[in-house]
Amino acid sequence: MAMLEVKNLGISFGGLRAVDGLDMTIEKGELYGLIGPNGAGKTTAFNMLTGVYKPTDGVIKLDGEDITGKSTIEINKAGIARTFQNIRLFSELFVLDNVKVGLHNHYRYSTIAGILRLPAYRKAEKEMDEKAMELLKVFNLQDEWDYKASNLPYGKQRKLEIARALATEPKLLLLDEPAAGMNPNETGELMDTIQFVCKNFDMTVLLIEHDMKLVSGICQKLTVLNFGQVLAQGKTSDVLNDPKVIKAYLGE
Amino acid sequence: MTVMKKKLNKTTKSNLITYAMVVIVYIIVQLLVSGGAVSSLMKGLLVPLCVYSILAVSLNLTVGILGELSLGHAGFMCIGAFTSATFSKLTNGVIQPAGFRFFLAILVGAVFAGIFGLLIGIPVLRLKGDYLAIVTLAFGEIIKNIVNVIYLGRDSHGIHFSIKDAASLGMDADGEMIIKGPQGITGTPTDSTFTIGIVLILVTLFIVLNLVHSRSGRAIMAIRDNRIAAESVGINITKYKLMAFSISAALAGVAGVLYAHNLSTLTALPKNFGYNMSIMILVFVVLGGIGNIRGSIIAAVLLTMLPELLRGLNDFRMLIYAIVLIATMIITNNEKIMNTIRRFLPKKQAQPVKEETK
Repeated sequence: MAMLEVKNLGISFGGLRAVDGLDMTIEKGELYGLIGPNGAGKTTAFNMLTGVYKPTDGVIKLDGEDITGKSTIEINKAGIARTFQNIRLFSELFVLDNVKVGLHNHYRYSTIAGILRLPAYRKAEKEMDEKAMELLKVFNLQDEWDYKASNLPYGKQRKLEIARALATEPKLLLLDEPAAGMNPNETGELMDTIQFVCKNFDMTVLLIEHDMKLVSGICQKLTVLNFGQVLAQGKTSDVLNDPKVIKAYLGE
Repeated sequence: MTVMKKKLNKTTKSNLITYAMVVIVYIIVQLLVSGGAVSSLMKGLLVPLCVYSILAVSLNLTVGILGELSLGHAGFMCIGAFTSATFSKLTNGVIQPAGFRFFLAILVGAVFAGIFGLLIGIPVLRLKGDYLAIVTLAFGEIIKNIVNVIYLGRDSHGIHFSIKDAASLGMDADGEMIIKGPQGITGTPTDSTFTIGIVLILVTLFIVLNLVHSRSGRAIMAIRDNRIAAESVGINITKYKLMAFSISAALAGVAGVLYAHNLSTLTALPKNFGYNMSIMILVFVVLGGIGNIRGSIIAAVLLTMLPELLRGLNDFRMLIYAIVLIATMIITNNEKIMNTIRRFLPKKQAQPVKEETK
């Protein structure tokens, strides 16, 4: 069964049809790219997948479960986690605590236990610390665990956002322009990290990206959006050589 | 893991310094009092100091940790004061010993203020920033004005309640008035002592500091820093906002209990439960550093003492008070001046999670 199945997804803002008739199927373990010119509706599609916007029509199924129109929180619990185009970290919290917020729904104890420091608190906090540290190590952030998130350099903030998303133990990870604002070295490093996550966490990834080096380097399949509609879809190499895509997006 | 231990030590150390600070001040004051070095005027200020410290710490939970501006904090204090004073009047002599009755009164005040915090929080926490500030300001005034029209009495038939006047209670001749409208409650047992006040400060600190470093506290701060991201990792925004707001209200209620049992007459005036008081508490929080719990206490103590210490200067004391406030705001918000000051201070110890406003 496909991990994500999107059928005829569409949304209108008044008279503007931002996304129209989007069909997309992502298999488990796939690294899938969503590309297209600015204003094509990529982020809008992401926002529908994560429940920020309610789709006007269409169906979204995650691992067979219908999640259309559910709230952001329910969708996160169902197994979709995301990062944002403009980084959204908990800027005043420690790097470690950012990841621990991601673990929020997986290690529970009551507020009373937290205030009174009961054994449940100590046990859960210890496990959370260990789990969060493990995740930070994957992204090579373990030495900066006690930095305020806003004090991290840009590239590391992007990584921390991915680590926080992974902490919610998703089935599907959505990355919104993960390489935006990165230099070629950082992008190269990021490509390795995404592939590592895909393999080691058994993760399915859907990403929006403008950096064609990253897209052609790691994505197995692509969907190209233009003016809200699907322009082309299929294997990365086929799509990138499609004359329609070259004309509308890549440039001749 | 050694790293984890380091982190634990850092926050524990910072918390211990705060507790120690309160305990040391308590010991010093007790020594001074027994040595006869404290004027009766200053002695009268000791319990209010505790009241203001608790209020400042509890408001900091809303303003600094949750990141929402509330200007109705005195309203919750008012609820705590009146519910607990009523409870004490009703049970005075019934529940023994008096210490236990006062303990129950504290719980009553905290629970009622917490419930009202929840009820008011449900509609108002949908708003943000200035709008929230204005609505909480209004609710604070509403609470104060409602309290001013309540008449409550007790006679052999039970408890009578009215919002018109004392006569419409229709009590027997042996009836006893408990709340007398604008004249409030008289004859409340004066149970509050400086020692109880300090214990309550420590309890407040314990609750707030431990909450901040727990799972719920992290969720609250995550909402403050980025609501959309907090939602995206599955945090229930409404639940944690209400939790912070009602805990903050309940602690303000505790301060109200302490206030009500310090004086034998309790009336709801603009001076003690009006918006002036709410803004006064906000001044403590801002001056002490938004999100800085220890700073709140220091600011509350200094600003309460200052007008009294300057009493000798008569007409000029409020002028000096205002200048001190303005100067502190300018200095603490100026990076250059702060850096110069920091050079003369010993190296900074572990910071609280949030030091300044954005």
